Amino acid sequence: MKHGKYRFIAGFLVLPLAIYAIFVISPFLQAIYYSFTDWTGLSPDMKMVGFDNYARLFTDDVFWSAVGNSVTLLLLLPVVTLSLGLFFAFMLNVGGRRRKKAVIGGVRGSGTYKILYFFPQVLSVPIVALLFQFAYNPESGALNAFFKAIGLDNVQPDWLGDPQIALWCVMAAMVWANVGFYVVLFSAGMSSIPKDFYEAALLDGANRFNTFFRITLPLLWDTVQTGWIYMGILALDVSAFAFVQIMSVGPGGPDYSTEVLPLYVYQKTFRDGQAGYATAIGVSLLIVTLIFSAIVMRLGRRERLEF
Amino acid sequence: MSAQTDPADLPGVTKEQGRPQDGAGTSRLPGPRAGRGGKDGAPAGATSSEGKVLNVFSHGVLVIWGLLVTMPLLWAVVSSFKDDTEIFGSPWGLPSVLHFDNWSRAWDKANMGQYFLNSLIVVGGSLIGTMLLGAMAAYVLARFDFPGNRFVYFLFVGGMGFPVILALVPLFFVMKNMALLDTYHGLILVYIAYSLPFTVFFLSGFFKTLPTSVAEAALIDGASHTRTFFQVMLPMAKPGLISVGIFNFLGQWNQYLLPTVLNVGDPDKKMLTQGLVALAVSQGYKGDWSGLFAGLTIAMLPVLAAYIIFQRQVVAGLTAGALK
Repeated sequence: MKHGKYRFIAGFLVLPLAIYAIFVISPFLQAIYYSFTDWTGLSPDMKMVGFDNYARLFTDDVFWSAVGNSVTLLLLLPVVTLSLGLFFAFMLNVGGRRRKKAVIGGVRGSGTYKILYFFPQVLSVPIVALLFQFAYNPESGALNAFFKAIGLDNVQPDWLGDPQIALWCVMAAMVWANVGFYVVLFSAGMSSIPKDFYEAALLDGANRFNTFFRITLPLLWDTVQTGWIYMGILALDVSAFAFVQIMSVGPGGPDYSTEVLPLYVYQKTFRDGQAGYATAIGVSLLIVTLIFSAIVMRLGRRERLEF
Repeated sequence: MSAQTDPADLPGVTKEQGRPQDGAGTSRLPGPRAGRGGKDGAPAGATSSEGKVLNVFSHGVLVIWGLLVTMPLLWAVVSSFKDDTEIFGSPWGLPSVLHFDNWSRAWDKANMGQYFLNSLIVVGGSLIGTMLLGAMAAYVLARFDFPGNRFVYFLFVGGMGFPVILALVPLFFVMKNMALLDTYHGLILVYIAYSLPFTVFFLSGFFKTLPTSVAEAALIDGASHTRTFFQVMLPMAKPGLISVGIFNFLGQWNQYLLPTVLNVGDPDKKMLTQGLVALAVSQGYKGDWSGLFAGLTIAMLPVLAAYIIFQRQVVAGLTAGALK
């Protein structure tokens, strides 16, 4: 029996573990090793160069603008997306007319709103990114045409072509794509908060906006924290890569104004043939990710002690 | 359907989330209401006028965001029926004639049909593989004590938070050495590998919540561990499998980074997401904007249609991970 159990465990684990080890674990470990070499990626020759790649990061201006843009996205994208998500979810759940039996109520048609808001979540990043790229097109895009139609003929920005606002344009598309998910998520959380909490607070003279900060937000904090980590990873990794690579001029431009760390890793490897240096950039991205997760976890713990 | 009934509808994990709200429902009947007899007419009137203002305001902002979400999608669909001069001349106008030829051009000449099929093949294979292997690993990790159990679990789960791009540089060369670059089976294996962390995390949590007695009864009746898993545990885990299956399907169908790096050799083997971006790049030379909008709409509509049909399950599947 005992013998059979271990054979069963090994039999069930061997295939998933092997695939995971070959395609995920081993590339990660290799990446850290390669970051200490001068590997080009084009030939198998390489030699150890110690911390040379890391030292080079400090004098690489493009790297620093990529760090700046990635950190901007990391700080702003979660805040903007989650705030909008919370705001709309709160409107859906307590913005309704007073009904006979309940002190607070959802707005009519909240189900329809949620179905609509969730649309972007099921679309792939290329679809959303291309859609916005067309909308931003200075000549034929929906945005400038709209400005013309309402009489703002002078306001015809270059959008993605203007280094001052290009990153904000990309970020707007990322916010658009993600808000709906958090509306639905927070809405589910809010409707599980017992109604008598609100009832008691309103009887005590609180208005609805007080109830948001005193009741809703604290009770939802765990979900908000999870969302924060999700959005942070999204802002740093795959999603940021795809949006910037598809939407921006260059990609990464104009003038490196939208360059982000994952895109720079990709370009250094597959465009410039500097795989060793690219992995050093990747390791610094890993470090930013870990610092971010640690901070969010710590913040979350402190908040929870208050209640 | 109101907001309040939603979470209880979500299958599987969200059961616990739905519970407290049932309690809230019952308290609505007599309790707190008793103290608020006839006298509170004035305060109730005050809050109800506040409620009216708030109601108008909330409908206002909700409608605005609803328009912001739907207008770009509608704009793409409408543009896919226009010709190029109309797209440039009047971006917001309706097409004078419905140009269905844009669609057929995108489907045949721009290879969208082929890309669609490629995505179906790869995602079909990787979804089956992910669910089977993920469920097997999750079951063993959730239900059996053995040395190294926690280590293997955290090895899998740790993969969720690391930047994928870092692994992709060496992965490209791993795949190259194994002659897996630009092949369907290579992509399938990689899709499976990168879907395992979340699948194992989610399903092992799910298997832990299932009662042990049924599996024990099956074992006592003489079923092997393998048979117990396939004939007893998997059917019991169906709600969890559906949630994580939808999550993985959308994630793999919409995957862009992995094929962009690992599937670049043969233009005929592109995934739908890649093909769409390639189409956008090539229209820059050809100037075929209408074909591009048609391609975009072809990629967009099936997913939206599937979402509207399976709306409840899709929402449950995608939010399941965050609600845990």
